[in-house]
Amino acid sequence: MAYSDKVVDHYENPRNVGTLDKGSDEVGTGLVGAPECGDVMRLQIRVNPETQVIEDAKFKTFGCGSAIASSSLATEWVKGKTIAEALTITNTDIVKELALPPVKIHCSVLAEDAIRAAIGDWKKKNNVAEAEGVAVSAAH
Amino acid sequence: MANNGVIISESAKPLPAGVTLPLYMDNHATTQMDPRVLEAMLPYFTGKFGNAASRNHAFGWEAEQAVEKSREQIAKLIGATAKEIIFTSGATESNNLAIKGIAEMYRERGNHIITQATEHKAVLDTCKRLEKNGYRVTYLPVQADGLIDIEDLKRAMDDQTILVSIMYANNEIGVVQPMAEIGKLCHEKGVIFHSDAVQAVGKIPVNVQTDNIDVLSLTAHKIYGPKGVGALYVRRRNPRVQIQAQIDGGGHERGMRSGTLNVPGIVGLGAACEIAGQEMEAESKRLIELREYMKAKFEKALDYVHVNGNMDHHLPGNLNMSFVYVEGESLLMGINDIAVSSGSACTSATLEPSYVLKALGLGDDVAHSSIRFGLGRFNNKAEVDYVSDKVIDVVLKLRELSPLYEMVKEGIDLTKIEWAAH
Repeated sequence: MAYSDKVVDHYENPRNVGTLDKGSDEVGTGLVGAPECGDVMRLQIRVNPETQVIEDAKFKTFGCGSAIASSSLATEWVKGKTIAEALTITNTDIVKELALPPVKIHCSVLAEDAIRAAIGDWKKKNNVAEAEGVAVSAAH
Repeated sequence: MANNGVIISESAKPLPAGVTLPLYMDNHATTQMDPRVLEAMLPYFTGKFGNAASRNHAFGWEAEQAVEKSREQIAKLIGATAKEIIFTSGATESNNLAIKGIAEMYRERGNHIITQATEHKAVLDTCKRLEKNGYRVTYLPVQADGLIDIEDLKRAMDDQTILVSIMYANNEIGVVQPMAEIGKLCHEKGVIFHSDAVQAVGKIPVNVQTDNIDVLSLTAHKIYGPKGVGALYVRRRNPRVQIQAQIDGGGHERGMRSGTLNVPGIVGLGAACEIAGQEMEAESKRLIELREYMKAKFEKALDYVHVNGNMDHHLPGNLNMSFVYVEGESLLMGINDIAVSSGSACTSATLEPSYVLKALGLGDDVAHSSIRFGLGRFNNKAEVDYVSDKVIDVVLKLRELSPLYEMVKEGIDLTKIEWAAH
């Protein structure tokens, strides 16, 4: 299967690879997929508590080239967006941007799930913190 | 097993002597034809183009003579006699002819067939077809090292068993089954023993007498011969095996396989067998050295790698390795100027990992992380160095990207994580 140039570019030069401090309240972590299925994505966001803008995003992915490209692209897209804006990103946007073949649509779904999971984790942490008035270091 | 088709030119970088790109190291899939084989074949396309079945002129006699010479060359390589060799279009046809032909011929004696889980699809799918037609098939499991347990085979046999079909050497993991022992058991029970020996013939000593094999499939393109030609060995005595033809017509090949013989291809198959017989010992020694060298390089440079399949009963040129926490297809993408195969089938429509690796008890995660290297006659040490260095580089890079590798390094037990099913 021949990949699009964009997939190859993200595979060869993945953006925003790394790890954020998952203990921080400002950080939301999404871990989706399963090793048995051949792909696991971890996407992390660091959110400004005042503006709710995603100031940083990092990913690590075990998976095929399309999975790596989808998660790399997802980190690029969420950076600078507010939480609400980031939630509007869909897998079809990713499919279109990377020209993923039908058999790889699954990778884009996983990337969308990873964004949502990271945001969900951040929301959970911060709602809890607001309600109890203390910083909670959520184990994940 | 699949590779992706992306080829990026690396012509800018100087390559080590002995290495040209793209580099072929997938010799289980097919092999480059040996120029000596091509040379033997060429006259039979033009001047010596006769039909081997034409009995009334010199063109036919010449073709027939060439075909008979090939029969002898093949027979010599596997310890058979020339009359026991039937030409086919390749191993898939040989396997179909053997299994269906025996099943139909011996239907009155029984309807039970035994094979194993790690066979090639040409055997498995043929058996599945027979199941639809009223046959019973037992698919023997294999042990963690890829070998079948003879006790399992004994237990599977009953008074309805007419055929046991066990491949000689596996195309993915290179494991060589205990053929003589299996064959002996079959003969004691009066059961016909067929073997898909495509990967073994010409690579390791195969002898239908000492291995007690009754019917054997082989093909030319795995042994540096042409594609589209294969053979079936069918034992003529002790016991005499009969096969129901699957293609009817002119009654060629003792009625077992009609169709005008592919004379140039057959000449090529014979030449390939003769060369293999002469060079097997030296070639095998050289390939084992290269394979062990490659394996040692991986084990030295990387953690969490392991080899699949029993290495004491193994094809010389095969190395199937798992690079755990790295996905096979993304690894192939990083070495896309090198032809190898991945144990994950991520580029195919199914996305399922290899059923052979799963049969060894490997988890899907590890099966997704496996690569098959197939060394052959035309690979050299410089290529082995190039490939292993490049694979090591890409594995290191992908592990930097791998959340699983990071978690394991932090001491997290991946089996304790509740993975989101999707």
